[in-house]
Amino acid sequence: MWPQQFDYQRADSVESALAAIGDNGKFIAGGHSLLPAMKLRLSTPDQLVDISRIDALRGITNGNGNLSIGGAATHAEIAASAAVGAACPALAQACGMVGDQAVRNFGTLGGNIAHADPASDPPTALVACGATIHIQGVDGSRSVSAQDFFVDLFETDLQDGELITSISLPDCSDCQCAYVKLPHPASRYAIVGVAVCLKMDGDTCAQADVAVGGATVKAVKCAGAAAALVGSSLDDAALSAAAAALSDDIGDWLTGDVAYPEAYRSAMAGVFLKRAISAASG
Amino acid sequence: MSTRIFGSGIKRREDPRLITGEARYTDDIKLQGALHMAVVRSPYAHARIVSIDSSAAAGLPGVRAIFTGSDIDLAGLPTAWLIPDSDLKTPEHPALASDVVRYVGDGVAIVLADSRYQAQDAADAVMVDYEELPVVVDPHEAAQAGAPQLHADVEGNIAFRWVMGDREAADAVFAAADVVVSERILQQRLLPTAMEPRAASAQYNAATGELTLWCTSQNPHIHRFIVSAVTGLPENKVRVIAPEVGGGFGSKIPCYPDEALVSWAAMKLGVPIRWAETRSENYLTTIHGRDHVQFVDMAASNDGKILGVRATVYAGMGAYLSTAAPGIPTILHGLLYVGPYTIDNVFCESIGVMTNATPTDAYRGAGRPEATFLLERMMDKVAGALDMDPVALRRQNLIPPFADGYEVATTLIYDSGDYEAAFDKALAMAGYDDFRAQQAQALQEGRYLGIGVTAYTEMCGLGPSQVAGAVGFQGGLWESATVRVTPTGKVQALIGASPHGQGSETTLAQIISSELGFPVDDIEVIHGDTTETPMGWGTYGSRTTPVTGAALAQASRKLKEKARVLAAHLMEANPDDIEYADGSFSVKGSPDQAQSIQDVTLMAHLAWNMPEGMDPGFEESQFYDPPNFVYPFGTHIAIVEVDPVTGSIDLQRYIAVDDCGPQINPEIVAGQIHGGVVQGVAQALCEGVIYDDNGQLLTGTMLDYCMPKADMFPNFELGETVTPSPHHPVGVKGVGETGTIASTPTVYNAVLDALSPLGVAQIDMPLTAAKVWQAIQNANGGN
Ligand SMILES: Cc1cc2nc3c(=O)[nH]c(=O)nc-3n(C[C@H](O)[C@H](O)[C@H](O)COP(=O)(O)OP(=O)(O)OC[C@H]3O[C@@H](n4cnc5c(N)ncnc54)[C@H](O)[C@@H]3O)c2cc1C
Repeated sequence: MWPQQFDYQRADSVESALAAIGDNGKFIAGGHSLLPAMKLRLSTPDQLVDISRIDALRGITNGNGNLSIGGAATHAEIAASAAVGAACPALAQACGMVGDQAVRNFGTLGGNIAHADPASDPPTALVACGATIHIQGVDGSRSVSAQDFFVDLFETDLQDGELITSISLPDCSDCQCAYVKLPHPASRYAIVGVAVCLKMDGDTCAQADVAVGGATVKAVKCAGAAAALVGSSLDDAALSAAAAALSDDIGDWLTGDVAYPEAYRSAMAGVFLKRAISAASG
Repeated sequence: MSTRIFGSGIKRREDPRLITGEARYTDDIKLQGALHMAVVRSPYAHARIVSIDSSAAAGLPGVRAIFTGSDIDLAGLPTAWLIPDSDLKTPEHPALASDVVRYVGDGVAIVLADSRYQAQDAADAVMVDYEELPVVVDPHEAAQAGAPQLHADVEGNIAFRWVMGDREAADAVFAAADVVVSERILQQRLLPTAMEPRAASAQYNAATGELTLWCTSQNPHIHRFIVSAVTGLPENKVRVIAPEVGGGFGSKIPCYPDEALVSWAAMKLGVPIRWAETRSENYLTTIHGRDHVQFVDMAASNDGKILGVRATVYAGMGAYLSTAAPGIPTILHGLLYVGPYTIDNVFCESIGVMTNATPTDAYRGAGRPEATFLLERMMDKVAGALDMDPVALRRQNLIPPFADGYEVATTLIYDSGDYEAAFDKALAMAGYDDFRAQQAQALQEGRYLGIGVTAYTEMCGLGPSQVAGAVGFQGGLWESATVRVTPTGKVQALIGASPHGQGSETTLAQIISSELGFPVDDIEVIHGDTTETPMGWGTYGSRTTPVTGAALAQASRKLKEKARVLAAHLMEANPDDIEYADGSFSVKGSPDQAQSIQDVTLMAHLAWNMPEGMDPGFEESQFYDPPNFVYPFGTHIAIVEVDPVTGSIDLQRYIAVDDCGPQINPEIVAGQIHGGVVQGVAQALCEGVIYDDNGQLLTGTMLDYCMPKADMFPNFELGETVTPSPHHPVGVKGVGETGTIASTPTVYNAVLDALSPLGVAQIDMPLTAAKVWQAIQNANGGN
């Protein structure tokens, strides 16, 4: 647990952070994914630029039907935010299920999604709820949908030297959304995490969004499962059809290991889809 | 006061320094001018070392020296439990491999540098060229013909073949029995995971020829012995200090290469050397526990009499035979095959097998959990085969109460036991009969509840030295202690054992206080330094309270007798007329005339007025070699609910009734049971080493290796019965391992009980949700 030598500096603005990062530098926010990797020497930056105290990256606002979360907002802040709880409870739940309180006090949403651990919780909620990731580099800024942001195992659309400045979500106070997970008993990361976002018209499901993580190499949007729910009254038959469709949705992305093989994770994705729907409608 | 301190749940006296961070561990000791050692470790489980190029590493900043195996002139690390009549082979275990590496983590070179970072940089830069060799990690596979071979002098990878009992006699009993049940039981590998990883620092004084080694040891006197043998330094020139040690669970008994290497480097370079392992290194190179593949049979008659137990055990030793390793799956295992039951026929063949994995050795319970598990698992299987209530079956076979000696078929003589009393108490606490009704009701609602009941006894308080010799343990198993009282009546108790988290500084002080009347706060228990403390064989096998405690009780009694005679002399009375109560000596009939223990102590030191023939001073030493082991016992019960949809297990209740004789400090007893139960339940439910086919440790961090967490457990419901040991001065038995020994089968059996309506009969531990779910799918096709 002895990292290679590196320099450290704290940035006070997005511009100064971008200017400081250099060729083999890394931004550090909570450090809860980066430092373990450095201690194992899986990551060997020569420069750390600390972005955790940049005010512009910290806040959470809700205006014009748009929830905006700073790239360096912590999981604890998001989980406790009334604005997030109202506009997107699934994300508040996902952030509230990250690690333990100490991890949530340090870890940030930007760091979490930049790291793109397949077993992470927040990405699944972000993909289901249609989030947009706002990115800034030395050459300007751009935005990308959460669905496109996550590319593969530990791989995102983020380019070297780019910073996630904020994450925005449509306000879905009029929908029912939830995130549930089956935690790994050792790490408490997700073996399977499922997020759903439903719009109901009376007893009929008018719109559905479903995403799965943990069981997959990245958070995957599940159109087939969503289609099986739309138009139904979320009855048992619809739920079973959705669970069956879900295994096709995630089939290409499925992952597993000796302890929790793909077959188990795939089956649990269906089980937790039902549990997510019941949590959302409960 | 003096009579009540024994049995009082006073707070642990070691805790303030532990919980405020003031304790000083090995790695807290800063040595002027010390270099830091990093070990270059093999990334392969089995490979020939073709070449080592350290030239680039040697040029890095701060690097002072790099040594490989061929530079090091240390004797190999000894195996110190040479079990007899087993054709034991002890393959060479060099401190650094110079020819072949045999497990991932095997050391091939050491780097000494100014800082730990620089040492690690250089270790990464040492280029080792390996030629990979075939790998075997499963002990059963490794014992088969054609398996990759680890050591030229260990044919077929079989390090020993230990047999207990008469095979033909056992086979005859099984052939004639009404019922025989059989199972292949996997006792998975476990990682001991003490909170403090291992560390070692050494300093050598060339002028005096003295080596001081600070290390994470459960037995500094044994470490001195072995370090002396490995380095060639005479024992009186080696001082081993175990400062605060943050847990061990057996993993800090053995002598490791790293301790030998810091000692050697300190002598070679003439500067102090420091080393501390990372958690990743800890998981790779600190011993692992368990690792048995067992083939077990149990025979019974149709009316529920257990007739015999028979097992063939393939015990994974890993790449080398660690210090005590051969004794664990043999002496500490097979001798426990009757448990608390009247079983007349036992047979065990235990085969120690070399594998390309981290060496195994004693881990909390060490051999006894593996025996208790197989007995209790097979009891439930017999109950199933006979369609009998598992509780009724156990009750019918329990050994009746005995107060002073009961010889069982494995030749052990149990000291005392009243198994049915503990059994009844636990069943009453659990509400067993009501539970069966609730279980049936729940099943109607599609809920799967299960109960597991374990009756156990175990052998601890190791042990009579004569027995140690007979079973090949290369040491004694006595302890010694000195009770030294200062002129002002403050007590220093110097002990050879080396507690490391058990609370012994408190319990041992309570024994002295109750014997001699000094307030417990005036008593300091000093341990962990071979120069300061008298000889002792260490803290393991639940032996410190039974063995060191007995030595202290007897030394205290000698002092009390001296005090009585001196008090009589000072009060000009006949010693026979002296009465003692609560730390005060008085003359029968004239209670106003009294001498406190402190008054007497002072007068013994001043020696102005001593009785004829009495030496001055107030200090006594005692060597204590126990006449027998002690045999704590009890009954544990678990109630679980299994979610058949996910395979997740909810441990709803845990009841433990333990009998460790009179409890010196009930809070500390409860703490030991809590910790032990947590570790044992974790074996049943979540802990387990996984290697891939190449011998890579897949559970190399706590991301994958599942340590138990508080939210996995209900509040434990503890009860006790009190059956004193007849041979012990204060009647106590050990309690450090009972929780681990009893809890694994208890929870395992509870889960299998819950799953029985689904047709699931066997799952390898740990019972992870995925495995439970898969077993349910396999049993009923997922319906
Ligand atoms: C014990 C433990 C348990 C955990 N359990 C869970 C869990 O159950 N579920 C879960 O989802 N996560 C879990 N985590 C991970 C946790 O959520 C991390 O905090 C998170 O993944 C990374 O956030 P961070 O702020 O610490 O990022 P850092 O470690 O600081 O950075 C991670 C990576 O992101 C980059 N980065 C950071 N911020 C930005 C930014 N704004 N823009 C661009 N790049 C950036 C860094 O350069 C680095 O490459 C756990 C972590 C620990 C230590």
